Amino acid sequence: MRLFCAAFALATLVAARADADEQPIALLDAPGHDAVENNCAACHSLDYVRTNAKFLDRKAWQAEFDKMSKVFGADITAQDGLAIVDYLTKNYGTGG
Amino acid sequence: MVDRRRVLQHLGGVGGVAASGLWPRGGAAQQKPPLTSGLPDGVYDSAILDVLPGKKPLIKLSYRPPNYETPASYFGDAITPNDAFFVRYHLAGIPAEIDAQAWRLKIGGEGAASPLELTLADLEGGFEQVEVTAVCQCAGNRRGLSTPHVAGVEWGLGAMGNAVWRGVRVKDVLAKAGLKKEAIELVANGADGPVLDKTPDFVKSIPVWKALDENTIIAHRMNGQKLPHFNGFPARLIVPGWTGTYWMKHLTSLEAVTKPFEGFWMKSAYRIPIGKFPVVQHFASQMTEANEPITEMVVNSLIASPADNQQVRRGTPIELRGVAWDAGYGIRRVEVSLDGGSSWQSATLGPDLGRFAFRGWTHRFTPQAAGKQVILAKASNAIGQTQAESLIFNPAGYHNNVVRPLTLVVA
Repeated sequence: MRLFCAAFALATLVAARADADEQPIALLDAPGHDAVENNCAACHSLDYVRTNAKFLDRKAWQAEFDKMSKVFGADITAQDGLAIVDYLTKNYGTGG
Repeated sequence: MVDRRRVLQHLGGVGGVAASGLWPRGGAAQQKPPLTSGLPDGVYDSAILDVLPGKKPLIKLSYRPPNYETPASYFGDAITPNDAFFVRYHLAGIPAEIDAQAWRLKIGGEGAASPLELTLADLEGGFEQVEVTAVCQCAGNRRGLSTPHVAGVEWGLGAMGNAVWRGVRVKDVLAKAGLKKEAIELVANGADGPVLDKTPDFVKSIPVWKALDENTIIAHRMNGQKLPHFNGFPARLIVPGWTGTYWMKHLTSLEAVTKPFEGFWMKSAYRIPIGKFPVVQHFASQMTEANEPITEMVVNSLIASPADNQQVRRGTPIELRGVAWDAGYGIRRVEVSLDGGSSWQSATLGPDLGRFAFRGWTHRFTPQAAGKQVILAKASNAIGQTQAESLIFNPAGYHNNVVRPLTLVVA
């Protein structure tokens, strides 16, 4: 119980900080936008996308996606994965 | 000492608002951050000045995990203030605060005969207290200046700082824990962690010989104060001369191990190609044929002021200020070129704060001709190393110590 309370308190504090201070990061509205927001933002703010632009090609964005999916364990459907890499390449990469 | 003029310079045009701590967020607050040239376009589009709890406005590259760099103007002083010290995390599972009373540091592993647990009071009173002034620089500092650009946190010049760290020697703590002669690495973990269980926790190891170096300490004070939360409260590992990746924040465990540590952050991340960089200290038990862990920093320097593209007056003397640093061999010389690299003259070195510290330097001159004047600074150390003339490209953008031009607009 004590452990539970501590964990709960920690969770709310972390959430409170994120809510109070983290401003929404707007990404370009284009096909795949929702797949990015719904999957990537769970672990990191989306300024990672905006700052890493525009110099990665499709292969490089695919490598970033694979790192998140295969190494960091993000549970993303194959369909969303395709949409994410396509979105990042076209909107925050070299386009191809 | 930071004088008032320089404080105002740090605050840019924001003045009283930032000084009172009431930094307005959202559109109106988004003062243009002082970014160097050469970064990816997306950084100019996205980076803002932002305030973390307990911090001055820093250059925010990412909110979550927080990655904030120190504006270059702070490096006009050789000691970086705690509230301006850069912030770098890999994973967003960061405790909102840490209860110093409840905090424990576990020392153990199969390479320790007498595992023990230390409280903060033990750390503050149970061992000899020592101080080391040392530069903490992110391995990826200046990654954003790589050509071609590479993926990652797109740091400019400010993922570094220099502080007086006070605490206890790791070797003293390991002696008490009964370090065995079979131990080859010391594995450090901190209270921060991943959001997802499947994400590899940020855990690092250092070779036992480095852990036993008398300069390697567990610090509980930074510039005479408690560590800021975002710099590792209540205690962090200090590995002078080596890149910040080893300086584990919110330290919770140190494990002596008899086999090379296999974690992702050692085996896959923070690696450099073998033989490309002038590195003396290697981490033998973690090396492969192709690559090795990044270890010590390369010799480097920075012009802190004037700012890049600043307007200065022809015929009026100005002072260049900056810092130089290396892996602890000692800065011997900083040379300045006032003509884009055609001729060089020696800058005046500031006080020697120790071989692992920033070495401040200054150089006075009077701009003579109107127009753009390109200034360069180049540091050399006691073992004959100097800064690179051109980038040694590597996929993670590490060790960028290319001599960097700064432009003054003389009017």
